[in-house]
Order: sequence, then C-alpha cells, then structure tokens
Amino acid sequence: MKPAARSEGASRREFLKMLGGGLLVVLVSRDALASPALGARLTEGPAPGRPQMPENVSAWLHIDQNGDVTVFTGKVEFGQGIRTSLAQEVAEELRVPMSSIRLVMGDTLLTPFDMGTFGSRSTPQMGTQLRKVAATARERLVALAAERWHVDAGRLTTADGRVTDPQTHKSARYGDLTAGRTITADVKDDVALTPAAHWTIAGTSAPRVGARDLVTGRHQYTSDMRVPDMLYAKILRPESIGATLAPLDSSAAESMPGVAVTRDGDFVGVTAPSPVVAAKALGALRATWTPAPGPSPSSRDIYDYLRRTPAPEAGPGHEGGPTEPFERGNAAGALASARHRLTQSYTVAYIAHVPLEPRAALAQYAHGRDGDRLTVWTGTQRPFAVRDQVAQAVGMPNDRVRVIVPDTGSGYGGKHTGEAAVEAARLAKRLGKPVKLVWTREEEFRWAYFRPAGVIDVDAGVDADGAITAWTFDNYNSGPAAIRPPYPIANQRVTFHPSVSPLRQGSYRALAATANHFARESHVSELAHMVDMDPVAFRLKNIDDPRLHDVVQKAADTFGWPGTNHQPGHGIGVACGFEKGGYVATCAEVSVDRGSGDVRIVRAVTAFDCGAIVNPDGLRNQISGALVQGVGGALFEAIDFDHGVIRNAHLADYRVPRFSDAPAIDVVLVDRPDEPSMGAGEAPIMALAPAVAAAIFEATGVRLRSLPMAPSGIKLAAASGAGSS
Amino acid sequence: MRIDIDVNGHRHSVDVDPSQTLLEVLRDELGLTGTKYGCGEGRCGACTVLVGAHAVASCTIPAQSAAGPPITTIEGLERDGRLHPVQQAFLDEQAFQCAYCTPGMVMASVALLRANAQPSREDIAHALETNVCRCGTYPRIAAAVRRAAAAGGGETPR
Ligand code: FES
Ligand code: FES
Repeated sequence: MKPAARSEGASRREFLKMLGGGLLVVLVSRDALASPALGARLTEGPAPGRPQMPENVSAWLHIDQNGDVTVFTGKVEFGQGIRTSLAQEVAEELRVPMSSIRLVMGDTLLTPFDMGTFGSRSTPQMGTQLRKVAATARERLVALAAERWHVDAGRLTTADGRVTDPQTHKSARYGDLTAGRTITADVKDDVALTPAAHWTIAGTSAPRVGARDLVTGRHQYTSDMRVPDMLYAKILRPESIGATLAPLDSSAAESMPGVAVTRDGDFVGVTAPSPVVAAKALGALRATWTPAPGPSPSSRDIYDYLRRTPAPEAGPGHEGGPTEPFERGNAAGALASARHRLTQSYTVAYIAHVPLEPRAALAQYAHGRDGDRLTVWTGTQRPFAVRDQVAQAVGMPNDRVRVIVPDTGSGYGGKHTGEAAVEAARLAKRLGKPVKLVWTREEEFRWAYFRPAGVIDVDAGVDADGAITAWTFDNYNSGPAAIRPPYPIANQRVTFHPSVSPLRQGSYRALAATANHFARESHVSELAHMVDMDPVAFRLKNIDDPRLHDVVQKAADTFGWPGTNHQPGHGIGVACGFEKGGYVATCAEVSVDRGSGDVRIVRAVTAFDCGAIVNPDGLRNQISGALVQGVGGALFEAIDFDHGVIRNAHLADYRVPRFSDAPAIDVVLVDRPDEPSMGAGEAPIMALAPAVAAAIFEATGVRLRSLPMAPSGIKLAAASGAGSS
Repeated sequence: MRIDIDVNGHRHSVDVDPSQTLLEVLRDELGLTGTKYGCGEGRCGACTVLVGAHAVASCTIPAQSAAGPPITTIEGLERDGRLHPVQQAFLDEQAFQCAYCTPGMVMASVALLRANAQPSREDIAHALETNVCRCGTYPRIAAAVRRAAAAGGGETPR
C-alpha cells in the first residue's frame, strides 16, 4: 500500500467531518487505474472551501450513525444500470439492504478520480473495488463489535445492517457501532469477498434504483435543469466542417432585449433569457464562412480515401485494442499453400450514436472571496476528462471546476467529450451568469463525432478438413478493438492501419469490435460455405476456447439450428466472438421480400457469457437492447456526407431502428459463478451484423460485405449474379 | 400573444411567441420537463402528450393552436400518488434503460389503450412506430403495453 501522506490523512479527517463522522473506508489504488498524471494530481491541493480526497483513491464508502451507506464512485449512469448493480454488490458484501445504500456518482468534487464509464470496465473494475471496500467495512464493523463485547471476532455474524453474537444474542446496528466516532480504514487487497455462488442480493434481478422517477418524468436530466437567472444559449455553427468565420454581423441579434453575443475567434454564442429569444438571436446573426482548404472526400469515395490516406498514428476512435501489428507463424506461406483460399474486402460506414437526449450542459460561474468557481452539469461518460477540458477552455485551474453528471439519456460511447459543457462554460464565465445549452438533434448529427468508417481486407486459407490455417487481416481506420481472431490460427498477420478521417470520429458501443466481427465472421461464414461445411460446425471445429464453444452451442441449440423447412425468402446465419471479457454467439433469421428487396430480421438468439452475473434482468435488458441497436448499423444506418456537410442530419433522413424493426429476441444467459463478472453493455452488439449477412446470403444468394447492408433493401436482380460466391 | 391552455386539469394563461411549440411552452414556460425534446421534427416521439384523447408530438404543434382541448402530460397521469396502470406496467417490466424515451412511450401507450383496450402485437408496433427508443427496449415496452392491457389497461376516468 502506498504510504499515506500526512496531508492525505488530514484531508480524510476533514472529509469525514463533512460527512458527519462514522466509518469511512477508502481504496487506495496503485495500479493502472490511476491516471498517468497521478503524481501531478497528488500535488494538487483540495478545492477551496471543501475538503477533497486525494486522487490516488479509487473508491470510497461511508456509513453514518444511522447506518446509511453512501458510496462514492466516478462512474456514471447512462441507462446501463450500474447505479443498481454496483449497489447490489455493495449490499451483498456489507450485508445491508439495498434501500440503505445511496450512490454518489460522477461528481468531480465528491467522487474519486475515474477514467470514465466506457469499455465495459465498470463491472469488472469498479464492481470488484467496491466489493473490496464494502467487505473491508464489514470486517471493521465486526472488529468494533468484538472489541466492544470483548469476544473473538470470528464468532460474530453480520446480516441486515447488524453485527450479532450468536452465543450471547447481543446485536448492534452498524450505525450504533460507529456513532460518535470517526473511523477510517484502508482496504486490504486480499480482503475476503463473498463467492458468487453464495450471493443473495448480487446475482438477483433487483429492479433499477430510482425507477419510479423514470416512469413519472420526475427524473431531472441535464436538459431538464433550471436555476434562477439562467440564460439559454445557442451556438453559431459553421456551414461546413472546418470552415472559418469571415465577417460576422451580430448587430441585429444584439439589439434584441436581453441578448448577448459572445465571440472568441470562431466561437460565437448567443444568450438570452428564454430559448425562443436565443433561437431568434441565432437566426439574426449574419455570418460568412470560408470552407476548409484541402481534399474533401464524400461518402461515395470514402473507402478509397481511407486506404490512400494513412495517419501517422492511431487517433480518436482507435481505442480498445492493440495498434501494433500481430504476427504468428508464416501467414504468407500458409496462404500460398492452403487447400482453399478466399480473399475479400468489407466496409463499414460512419454512423451516429443518436443518444435520445442530445448533448446538454448547465454551467454556473461564481466569483467569491476565495476566487472563482465553475460548476458544470452535463451528461458525459468521462466527467474528470471533461472537467480538465472545461478548465483549459476557460483558463481556470482544474480544481476550480466541478463537473457533475446527472443520470443521462444514454451515450453508447458518444458522450466521451464535453462539447456542450465547454460551450456553456465559456459563456457562463464571460457573462457571470448560469448558462444552459441543449444541442438540437441536428447539431448532434453534425457536430458530435461518429463511429469510424473503415475498410477491412481479409485473406484466409483452409485445409482439407475445414481447419483455418492462414489468416491475414488488414483494417483501415475502423479501429483495433477485437481485431485478433478468437480462433487459434497457426499463421496470422493482423494489422491495423489508422487513416486520416475527414469526419470527427470517436468511440462507439463496442468500438471497432462490431466492424472487426462483421468482417471476420462474414469471412468465416464464406469459408464454411466454400468448404461445404455447416457454419456452426465449422466454427465449433475451429474454436479451442471452451467458453466460446459453449455460447455457440447454446445459441444454436436454442435457435433450433439448422432446422428444416425455412419459409421461402428466409435464411439463417450465425456468428460469434469474444471481447471485453464477454463471449457472444448470435443466430439470426431474416426474411427478404422478393418483390421489394426489403430485409427483416425475424428473430435473433444470443447466448452471452460474461462471468458471474450480477443482475440477470439488467443483463437481459442490455443484451436485447444491444441487438436492437445493432439492427440499425447492420441494415440501414450510415452518415451521408459531401464537401464537409452532413447531408442526413435529421431523423427523417437518418433511419434508426423502430418498433417494427426489432426482431423476436431470445437471450440465453450463461452464468459462470466461478468467473469474474465482466461488463455487458457492449459485446452483445457485435455478432448480429455478420449473422444477418450470412442469413441474407442463405435467403438470396447475395453476399453483402458493406455495413449498412440494406439501406434501401436488396437489389435482388442486379446483385444475384455477383453474389454467388 | 396570450393563450389559455388546459394542462393536466389546470388552466394556464401564457404569453407565447408565434414561433413557439407546445413542447417549448410545456417545458420552458410551465416547467413540465417530463416531456422530452428528442428531435423537434416529429420523428422520435419523446415529446408525446395527449391532446384530448390523441397522442401528438408536442414539438410539431404551434403553441397558439394548443389553446382549448385538455392536454395531458406524463406529470398528469398519477392519481393521488398512485401510478397510472401504464406507468406501473413499465415499472413492472423494467421497460427502459436510460428512460429518456419513457414519458413519450407511456403517453403514446395510454392513448393506444384508450382507443384499443386489447391491442395486438401489430397494433402496438403500429401505434408506437413514431416513438424511438435508442436503447432498443422495444420488446419490453411491448410487454409493458400488453401487461397494462391485461390489467384493465384503462384508468379511472378523470
Ligand atoms: S421531439 Fe417531438 S417528435 Fe422528437
Ligand atoms: S430507454 Fe433510452 S431511449 Fe429508450
């Protein structure tokens, strides 16, 4: 354990004082969870006026004299249900009812530093940490009781927020044990955790915490917040991406009552006492824009462009996997000598996250005796990164800026950044008043970032009995997540080639795992077809990981693979994979209308294994939702752009999955109480598209190798010749 | 101009701008933020309210034309602290993730069940086709509507 600096002990005591005494248990991190700038962070003082925990602490928990438990975590709730699942894990280890636990989440002043809520890391990392914290708290409470009763701690039991001595029948509430005292404890790394097989609260389908407020409309998202004297903002947007502002005539806007126009370089924001006036003022700005110089590819030639335009290094959207090439054996030689060989290219389009709650922020600036302070409420998956981003944009030290994340209207990897927060903060600081900014849907389409577009070339060889012997995989710009095959192929070369992206790109649910699985699993299905093997059997033959084997088998069994007598125009397909600790296999059935070429995903069965399951119902909800969302990327979502302009920046033109697009879904949960719990918000999305591609082939004989596959149906007549591979 | 609108059984006299939508009046003037903005173009249903018995996208209704018929928002469904059967069914089915679509989904479902007490799967999909759940919880929402229908779906009339 890191030696606790004296100031750390001091600020812990102050923090406890603020919390009103009780038991405070902290987990000091000393691993990669801490940011690279950890050293620097430790030297930063606490925010003025408020004690703050040192930033090498990654989780903490407090029990007050009423036995109420407050858990502090930098994670945020975006609909994935971690406010609930983390509370379950704490309740389990602490032996208290869920109702006595409150989670303070995503508040840069109150919660420990956190990298962000992404990459399905909340459950494996934060969940495990909080379990350790809670288990330590329980040990400490037992020790307190043992001390008080002069008995051996080993004979005491804990349940329902009490420590009990079964021999004397003495019993004390947690709150009574800590009352009037301030106790801190550090977490021992080897503290004993309750095995999943013995869970009684974790592992159950606890309903979502705070759910009543969700069905009554009472929950306040950032976009719902109001404070007195608040101004409403609108931001002037360029005509095209990268355009620069030439002259601006803001006189008409500025003559409107209560309107202020703030200009700082190309940043122009208007504020007004009401949203109507703000919108009118924005409309009254007369701006001229000079388009960005240089090449401007469009969605028509993007794939050539990405191949031709390498970036010197990986950038945004390229997270979550190895960026260096991977080689094993001799891929070129094995390809040349393979019995069967198949080479194909696959493409994936830029797509938008379309979080139903667009970006929003409320920024409040205060200038007090002890200096200035800025508080920003915003829905971001990375509150600490956005705090730093805001601080830099407004020229304030990080510790003067506080970012608070109310439970947010979804993100799917699309809200890692703090655009609205920065914009609102700039205006709030300039004007000295609270400023709220809610992006329009159109702004969200034009000025957020996209899932990267990419091209993937796959070349593979198979031997006479259906074993894949050679594999090369070249991914241009999609990203490296899940880029390596889960099959133990002896000869491989897997390379990620970052490209210069003409559009802003970034993270998306499961990152590039969807693109890489689409290419890989489509290719595997083509290989199976080429060697005339059943695609499930072909996969089972080539898989050596028993957990992957299991999900494929379970999905196939539940689906009734391969079945007989498919209706005319129907086809079935399968795909599988492994990412972020989750094993997934999906079987899908599609129907293709012979006349119109319309594709419908009729049903999908997904088997998923992410270790010990913390909340089965929440997990089903995530898996099913990922499949429905995956329908869009598989069949029809794509950003259409030309000369730096997004041409389908409205829901009328950008099609998202709707009610009738949702297939009948069957989720098979594979619980592994003996394995660590992993996240589940992402991986279940990635096997759908390749399963659907294979199913479309079976139904029509057409191979579709571009996502989205059927934005306006399949052209059966034209494509059938080319498709019979 | 000043208009009188009837929201959740209360009359409000509000000064509205000709450019303002009913959604903006509900959220910004009356503080009824349960009704959400999702697109402003009538394509997502997050802003669904009842005008009379009909579910409408309040972002497409000019505020001026909303004067007159009774308007019901998500805030107007509870009775004496008791959830409306549709709200209860959404809760029972856990038919949400981020829940940003939920108020609109609930209102559209209430309108559906008033018009059709025993909707088929197709009826449900058809009635909710303009409501987007980006988290993809449609199957649960459909289950919630069926559950509410089975529970009598209806409601105690106002
Ligand atoms: S906000 Fe009205 S339909 Fe989307
Ligand atoms: S629950 Fe998130 S949009 Fe429906």
